[in-house]
Amino acid sequence: MGETPVLAVEHLAVTYRTRKREVQAVRDVSFQISQGQNLGLVGESGCGKSTVAYSVVNFLGPNGRVSGGRILFKGQELRGRRESELRRLRGAEISMVYQEPMSALNPTMRIEDQLAEALIAHRGLSRAEARRECLEALKRVYMPDVEGVMRRYPHQLSGGQQQRVLIAMAMLNSPTLLIMDEPTTALDVTVEAAVLDLIAELKAQYHTATLYISHNLGVVARISDQVAVMYAGEVVEYAPTVEIFQRPVHPYTAGLMRCLPDVDAPKGTRELVPIPGQVPRPDRIPPGCVFAPRCERRCPECAEAQPQLEEVEPGHWVRCLRPAELAPVVGPGRRPADVPLVGESAVVLDARRLKVHYSLPFQTVGGIVGLEKRRYVHAVDDVSLAVRRGRTLGIVGESGCGKSTLARAIVGLEPLREGRLEFLGVDVSRPLRRRSLASIRELQMVFQDPNGVLNPSYCVGDQIAASLRRFRVVPGDQVYGEVVRLLNAVKLNEEYYYRLPRQLSGGEKQRVGIARAIASNPSMIVCDEPVSALDVSVQAAVLALLQEIQQQYRTAMILISHDLSTVRFFSDDVVVMYLGRVVESGPCEAIYAPPNHPYTAALLAAVPRPDPTLPPRRIRLSGLVPSAVNPPNGCRFHTRCPFKVGPVCEQEEPPAREMGRDHIIYCHLPPERLYEIKP
Amino acid sequence: MEGTVPRLTARRRQWQQMREGLSVIFASRVAKVGLALVLFWALIAILAPLVTRYDPLYQDYRHLDMPPSAQHILGTDHLGRDVWARVAYGARTILTLGPISVLAAFVLGIALGLPAGYYGGWLDEAVMRVLDALMAFPTILLYMIIISAVGASAVNVVIAIAIGGAPGIARLVRALTMDIRTREYVAAAKLRGDSDLRIMLREILPNCRGPLIIDFLLRMGYAAFYIGTLGFLGLGLRPPTPDWGAMVQEGHSRMTSNIWPVLSATVAIVTLVIGLNLFADGVREESMRYQ
Repeated sequence: MGETPVLAVEHLAVTYRTRKREVQAVRDVSFQISQGQNLGLVGESGCGKSTVAYSVVNFLGPNGRVSGGRILFKGQELRGRRESELRRLRGAEISMVYQEPMSALNPTMRIEDQLAEALIAHRGLSRAEARRECLEALKRVYMPDVEGVMRRYPHQLSGGQQQRVLIAMAMLNSPTLLIMDEPTTALDVTVEAAVLDLIAELKAQYHTATLYISHNLGVVARISDQVAVMYAGEVVEYAPTVEIFQRPVHPYTAGLMRCLPDVDAPKGTRELVPIPGQVPRPDRIPPGCVFAPRCERRCPECAEAQPQLEEVEPGHWVRCLRPAELAPVVGPGRRPADVPLVGESAVVLDARRLKVHYSLPFQTVGGIVGLEKRRYVHAVDDVSLAVRRGRTLGIVGESGCGKSTLARAIVGLEPLREGRLEFLGVDVSRPLRRRSLASIRELQMVFQDPNGVLNPSYCVGDQIAASLRRFRVVPGDQVYGEVVRLLNAVKLNEEYYYRLPRQLSGGEKQRVGIARAIASNPSMIVCDEPVSALDVSVQAAVLALLQEIQQQYRTAMILISHDLSTVRFFSDDVVVMYLGRVVESGPCEAIYAPPNHPYTAALLAAVPRPDPTLPPRRIRLSGLVPSAVNPPNGCRFHTRCPFKVGPVCEQEEPPAREMGRDHIIYCHLPPERLYEIKP
Repeated sequence: MEGTVPRLTARRRQWQQMREGLSVIFASRVAKVGLALVLFWALIAILAPLVTRYDPLYQDYRHLDMPPSAQHILGTDHLGRDVWARVAYGARTILTLGPISVLAAFVLGIALGLPAGYYGGWLDEAVMRVLDALMAFPTILLYMIIISAVGASAVNVVIAIAIGGAPGIARLVRALTMDIRTREYVAAAKLRGDSDLRIMLREILPNCRGPLIIDFLLRMGYAAFYIGTLGFLGLGLRPPTPDWGAMVQEGHSRMTSNIWPVLSATVAIVTLVIGLNLFADGVREESMRYQ
C-alpha cells in the first residue's frame, strides 16, 4: 500500500478509571482504513468496539483515556492534540453516526437548524448557503419530501428517516473518515436494508473511509471490505471480508458464525452451536489468550502465553497460538432432520378473529363527558390462528405490526375487544383475572427484556419457587429441590438459587425467565422476542434450550420475533403480520419460498445474510407504516406495496388465496403473479 | 437435609446486602457528616437522664434567667429551668414525633398512591384531584387548620404531619408504580394468578424503596422543622413538655435579656435539620452514582 491510510490505529490501549482501580478496556488494537474502504468492527457487547471508535474522536468521557499506542489520521498523530484542534477535525474531517437516532438528534430543534449548525460553525456559511447545502445533503440520502422534512422536528420523523438525517449530517462536510456505531441496530429489517443500501452507495460515490461497528455479522458481510473481529478488548482476527466469512481461522470468529441461525435453512436441518461461557468483564481478563476459557480448541499453553496478532496469509491476521494447526474451522454445523414432523397433533390453542384495540386518551375536555368520539389503536384486527401440540407457531412482522399485543392478549394480559380464544378446549376469551388458575397454569410466557424479566428485589430461586407454590406443583417441602431441578434444566446450577438478578448476565436472566415459565409444566409457552436483546453467542444457547424443552415436554409454543432467521430456525408454522392483520400464513417452508405475499418477500429480501458473496436482494419498501389509529382501507399494505394492482387494493379487503396445504396469502394479485415475486 | 445448607447461604447473602447498603453511607463524606449530627442528637435523646443534672420541668425560682455556668451549662430560662436539660429532653420529643409522623405520612401516602398508580383510570383521577386540593393549601396553614380543629397534642401533631405529607408521598409512589407496573416481572406475577394486592405489595412496593428511603430521610428533616414551627406557634405539645419550638416561642420576647434558651433551641433545630438533610442528600448522591 503506497498511499497513507486515512486512519491507522496502532497498538491502541484504552484505560478506564473505576472506583477501585484502572481497567484496560482495549488492548493492542491495530487496523487501518484506506480511502473508499469500509472496515467492519464486529464482536459481542462488552468487547470494546465502541470504545475504539470513541477513542478516535476522543469522546472517552471523564474517566477514560488512551493509555498506549498511536492513532494516525492521514499520517498525523491524533493523541495529545488540543481539544480545539480535535473539534475542528471532528467537524470537518471526521464524522460520526450513532446508534440511537432519537437521542442523537436534539428534540427541540428543527431538522434544518440542526443540519445548518455544523455548516455555519465549521465552514462559516451564511444561512441561505447553509440551507441550500442541507437540501442537497438530504437529497443525497434519498429523503422523500426534503422541504417538508427540513421544517420538522425529530419526533415527527420515523426511525429510518432520523437515521438518514444523521447520515446526511455526517456527510455534510464531506468527511474523509466516517465512523458508524451500530447505525442500523435500532431499526426494523426493512428500514435497515434501505439504510445499508444507502451506506454502500455513498461509499461508492464519495470514497469516504468508513469504520463500521456492528454486532451483526450479516450486516458487516453486506457492506464491509475488511473485517476486524474483537473479543474482550483485543482484535482476534482481521482479514478481507470474503476471506473471513469463507475461511474463519480464529475459533471465536468461527464460533460466532456457527451460532447464527440461517434464514435459508429449514427447521431441524441446522444445529446452533453456542459458545459456552460469556465475555469476561474488562477487570477480569484471563491471563494468556483472552478467549482460552471459552475455546474448544484450547491447549495448556493457551492459558499462559499471550498470543500476538500474526499474519497467517497475506492480509489475514489472527491472534491465536496455534494458527498453523487451525484448519479452517468448519462452517455451519449441519445435522440430519431428526425431528420427525409431528403429523396431525391436537390443536392446543385456537384463536378466531381476535381484535385488540387500545383506546386513546381524549383530546378535549368534552371527551370526559362524552362529547368526543373515542379513538382506538387497532393493534390487532381480526387475527385467527391455531397452535398444535409440540409445534411452534412463529409470528413475524416489523415493530408496530401488533405481534406483541397479540401475544399479550393470548396469555390474557390485554383484554380482547372481539373474537374467541379457545385453549385446551376451554374458552379463555376473558382477561387473566377472570381465568381459572388451571388455565393460567397451562399457558405461560417468556418475555423479551432480560432486565425487566426478574424482580430485582428477590433472589432467583424465590421467584421460581413462587410459581411452584402458587400452582402447588410439588408439596411445600420439595419446592427447593424442584427449583434446583428447574435451574439445572435451564443449565444453571444450584448456586444460582440465592443470586440476585443484578448478579446475572442477560442470557442467565433469560434462562431464569424460562425456568419460571416451565415451572408449572404448561402446555403452551408464548415467547415474545425471547432472544432479541441477547448477544448472538447467547441467543444460540437460549434458542437451543427452548427447542430442547419443546422436544422433551411436547410443549406448544408461539415464537414472536422480528428476526426471520430465528423464526425459521424454530418454527413449524408461520404467520406474517402487518398493521394488525395477517397477510400470509402457512407451514414454515412455504413461507420461506415463493409464492409469497409482497410484504413477506420484502421482509425476506431485507434479511442481512452472513455471506458476502450473495448478491443483494432487490425488493425494498419505501414509506412509513401507516398509523394504526386510522388504518388504510382495503389491503392495509397497499400504501407501500411495490406490486400494487390498482384501485381494488385501496377499496376491497384482499381475498384469501389458498396456495398450498394450509398456506394462505391475503392479496389481490392473481395466484400466478404471486409465484413471480422473488425476494 | 436440603433445608440447612442453603439457609446459611441465604443469611450470608443478607449480610452482604446490608453491608453493601451501609457502604453507600460511608462512601459519601456528606452523608457521614449528616449521620454524625443525627446520631449525636439521637444519643443525647437516649441518654438524656445521664447527660443532664436536672429535671427539665424542675423550676428553680432562685435562679431565673441565668447565663451559662458550671451548674447550668446553658443557663436557665425565665422559670428557672435548666436549658440544657430542656434541650436534651426536647430531642426526645422531636426524635420520636418526627419518625412516627413521617411513618404515618408514608402509610397514608402509599395506601393512596399505590392503587392510584396501579389501576389508573377514574380511581387515579379521583385520588389525585383530592390530593391536589390538599396540596393547594400552604403546608403550615394546613397544619394550623388541622390542629385548631382537633386540638394541640402529640397525637394531633402526628396526624397533621401525616395528612400534610401524604399527598407528596402519594404522588411519588404513584409515579414509581406507573413505571414499575409495566415491567415484565409484574406481568409474570399476573401470569401466576397473583392478586392485585399481592402484586402491589410484593412486586411493586419493594422496588420503590430506593427513592422512598431518600424521600423518607428528607421528610424527616422537614418534619423536625415543622414540629419546631408548630411548637413555636403554640400548636405543638402542651406547655411544660420540653419542646425546641416552644422554647424559642417562650424565650423570643426576652431575647435581649437572656438569649440562651432561644439560641440553644435554635442551634439544636438547625443542626438536626441540617444533619438529616445532609444525610439524605449524601445517600441520594452516592446511590445515584452507583447506577
